Amino acid sequence: MPGYPGMSYGKGCVICMLKIAVIGGKDTVIGFKAVGLEACPASSVAEARQVLHELTREGSEYAIIYIEEKLAKDLQPEIDRFKDSPSPAIIMIPGRNGSLGLGLNALKSAVERAVGTNILGD
Amino acid sequence: MAGTAVTPTRMVLNHLKGRLKTARRGHKLLKDKRDELMRQFLDVVKENKVLRERVEDGLTAAFSSLQVASSIMSPEMLEQALLYPRQSVELDMKVKNVMSVKVPQYSFQTKNNDPSEIYPYGFAQTSGELDDALDRMAKVFEDMLKLAEVEKSMQLMAQEIEKTRRRVNALEYVMIPELSENIKYITMKLAENENSTKVRLMKVKEMVLQDAHNYK
Repeated sequence: MPGYPGMSYGKGCVICMLKIAVIGGKDTVIGFKAVGLEACPASSVAEARQVLHELTREGSEYAIIYIEEKLAKDLQPEIDRFKDSPSPAIIMIPGRNGSLGLGLNALKSAVERAVGTNILGD
Repeated sequence: MAGTAVTPTRMVLNHLKGRLKTARRGHKLLKDKRDELMRQFLDVVKENKVLRERVEDGLTAAFSSLQVASSIMSPEMLEQALLYPRQSVELDMKVKNVMSVKVPQYSFQTKNNDPSEIYPYGFAQTSGELDDALDRMAKVFEDMLKLAEVEKSMQLMAQEIEKTRRRVNALEYVMIPELSENIKYITMKLAENENSTKVRLMKVKEMVLQDAHNYK
């Protein structure tokens, strides 16, 4: 099945172990590193873009990429490219300075896309 | 007018009738698919909203603990303490089919199952806030994984709903009216042809009779 890492060859589902990455500021990712996620510190948007490309290239074993909202807001085109592909899942998380509401925005835009209008109110 | 493009023959009429039937059936099926997808989508959206709020709260709490820890400890110490993680996570992905949308389902395995084993440092030289931060991080992690799953499902389903909705609309407002109009056009044209043939025959009969019998 194309699009799913580790399942592209042979019969049936060959599922290999996949990884989770976190892209964010240095002091944001350091905590995630301790719980066993792959930490990818990026201090600028350009750097984050580079890291994101690296993590999402063909045959990558990263199934989930968490990205700090602060960096994600300038990487929207890159993130939207993966919206329709089953893997990887790129999820925005709030940074150190609290949430920017981008995650909820993504939810609203998905609803708008599906329903044609925002039915969640507010 | 759309009807002008078709040749008004019985064969085309039959063909168009078949297509109209298929279009109607497809429309019904797609409509059902859209409705069911929408129902499930809204459930997913609700779940996503709850999870997102929980994750954001959890992370904010964890970050604030981390902030305190980093202000108590020197940056070098903090970095050193977290330099080599003891915990590692391996992710397992399965694919679930929801109304022909393939959504991922994650399950994960951690290397250390004992929750007290996650601290990669000795307790002597670090502050308690760091333990707090890691503890909160580990707790929110499960929700984060679920969030990833739900959010991806939501995006994929949104895409599928959009596609299905377009198809339903195209069938309902373009295909089906066009086909019905063409069918109507052909039926009328055929009836007209039949009428003119009948009139012609009557006229011919009249002429023939007149010729044969001098019949008025």
